[in-house]
Amino acid sequence: MHQMREIKSSRTYRDSAKEASDKPAAFGEDIDLSSYASSAEEKHYQDDPSELPDTTKEKMLEVGVTLDEPDQRSGTFIQEDNTPIHCSVRQEGIEVMAVSEALEKYDWLSDYWWRAIAVDTDKYTASVEMNQNNGYFIRTLPGYKTTYPVQACLYLATAQLSQNVHNIIIAEEGSELHLITGCTSSSEENAGLHLGVSEFYIKRGAKVTFTMIHNWNPGINVRPRTATIVEENGLFLNNYVLMKPVRSLQMNPVARCVGENAVVRYNSTLVATPGSSMDVGSQTILDARGAKTEIITRAITTGGDIISRGYIEGNAPDVKGHLECRGLILQEGGMVHAIPELKGNLAGIDLSHEAAVGKIAEEEVEYLMARGLTQNEATATIIRGFLKVDVEGLPPMLNAEIERAVQASEKDIM
Amino acid sequence: MLEIKGLTVEVEDTEILHGIDMTINPGETHILFGPNGGGKTTLLMAIMGFPRYKITGGSIFFRGNDITRLPLDERARMGIGMAFQRPPAVRGVKTRDMVAAGLKERASEEKVRHLAEKADLADFLDREINYGFSGGEIKRSEMMQLLAQNPRLTLLDEPESGVDLTNIALIGNLINELLHKNCPIRTRKCMGLIITHTGYILNYVNARSGYVMISGRIIGCGDPHEILATIKERGYAKCIKCAK
Repeated sequence: MHQMREIKSSRTYRDSAKEASDKPAAFGEDIDLSSYASSAEEKHYQDDPSELPDTTKEKMLEVGVTLDEPDQRSGTFIQEDNTPIHCSVRQEGIEVMAVSEALEKYDWLSDYWWRAIAVDTDKYTASVEMNQNNGYFIRTLPGYKTTYPVQACLYLATAQLSQNVHNIIIAEEGSELHLITGCTSSSEENAGLHLGVSEFYIKRGAKVTFTMIHNWNPGINVRPRTATIVEENGLFLNNYVLMKPVRSLQMNPVARCVGENAVVRYNSTLVATPGSSMDVGSQTILDARGAKTEIITRAITTGGDIISRGYIEGNAPDVKGHLECRGLILQEGGMVHAIPELKGNLAGIDLSHEAAVGKIAEEEVEYLMARGLTQNEATATIIRGFLKVDVEGLPPMLNAEIERAVQASEKDIM
Repeated sequence: MLEIKGLTVEVEDTEILHGIDMTINPGETHILFGPNGGGKTTLLMAIMGFPRYKITGGSIFFRGNDITRLPLDERARMGIGMAFQRPPAVRGVKTRDMVAAGLKERASEEKVRHLAEKADLADFLDREINYGFSGGEIKRSEMMQLLAQNPRLTLLDEPESGVDLTNIALIGNLINELLHKNCPIRTRKCMGLIITHTGYILNYVNARSGYVMISGRIIGCGDPHEILATIKERGYAKCIKCAK
């Protein structure tokens, strides 16, 4: 039986968090944190997660977390509300555990705690510090590579709860980690709040692909706070998919390339249904020679609002960055607002962006119809193509997971 | 058979075609000549059924059916296919998806690849359709898609424009395959209507008749090689004079 342990936290962090407890985020609707509970009934640990109720497993499967095919994953972490309910590893060289347990086990982990992101960034990071409800610790040891993805699920089951998780992910030198994180809720309507801090540390020559699929409901507010540090020759691929309704989502993850030739790629696929409000950005700071980044966002509105931000900052010689946002308006009443930003501080850097927002081009629909597709088939083909995520460097299995999540949501869009 | 009678077509409230008559019998290929802005592309678009090209008078019969009011996709499914001069790039839609769409239930990886190899586009199957394609690649891609679609009536809008001399023979071969030119005329069913400015395509594709279209009217018809020779020698002015 897994025992929850109290998370260590220094007095300094607590003090900083307290001071920032009313500090609004730079973007997005301000959430009244007092209207959410920060504790919930403790859940039972599951030695065999395939024994979870079918309805729960189905919800998890929709976000890429499979519990009936353990041989398809190198490790699994599941947290329901505030309780880690399952944790397992199937491959040598990989560590997966509750972050509370990791803090107990490794003294050095405090060196990584709030290092990539400041605790007083806003009231949400502050709340995670003050109301820690666990989270996951995932680490690949030097030189080890995950054969199959590691999966983590953050599952919100109790109404009006604020889930506050703090995750630490470390890819040691020369290692390779494919992580799929699915966040979802049990109910189609219960209100709730998900606050998730994730700190990624990608050491020299390590590679991390992080695929995050969200599936909430129209009553849930979501405020992830993700920051990544990439060392020399490290690679970070971040894929984010949200195609289901959400009350509001605001996030603006940042990756900092601190080592030469580090590479960061962000791919986001967003669909805003009526009533959904999203303010989603991606930022890369290129601080070392030869670092590269690509930020690609595909945003569709069927009636909701999307602000799509992108920021690339070049502070070192020979860095290269490209930012692309494509927005598709399928229904009147929806809005896509692309805000690409580039900042260069040196000669010899290469930063570019392109953004396009509009409806489906009639000319494209007619072109497909001239090949014999009906208008509906042509429109569906174009939307499917728009959403197609073929992420360079992502294992086929993870591309397939994203494809499956996209396909599962297509019927709601078309 | 394609039978067009007294066809008038408007684009954005301006009449472009003023009473076109044309008959293409099964197995025949016809050539459309004419200066820029004369209405040639408008005629092809109207036959294909693009909504922007509004038919305000006359009729189009295809294989015995009145298709004058039929939507674009139904015409395509009845067996009319068109190669576009400047097709749009459709982001995210792969070339292989377009070929498979044309093949419909006959689609298989093997067939798609076979057609791509035929059009020298095997490396393009996973690329987004028309995105970053050169002029020649677009033409070959259009031919490849039409081969997949296997239409009874093929409409080609300047198939040789933008194609270098080494590739024009390939385009010619693809057109001949599309129009079943290897079949004897008596058993051949496929029909073609081809717009050309340069006439190069006539070096590769046999055609029965040629038309000269100027200012939305067909002002003459005859042997396509003779028409081309006249245009080359004396320009369209001579055609207008003859018509008078």
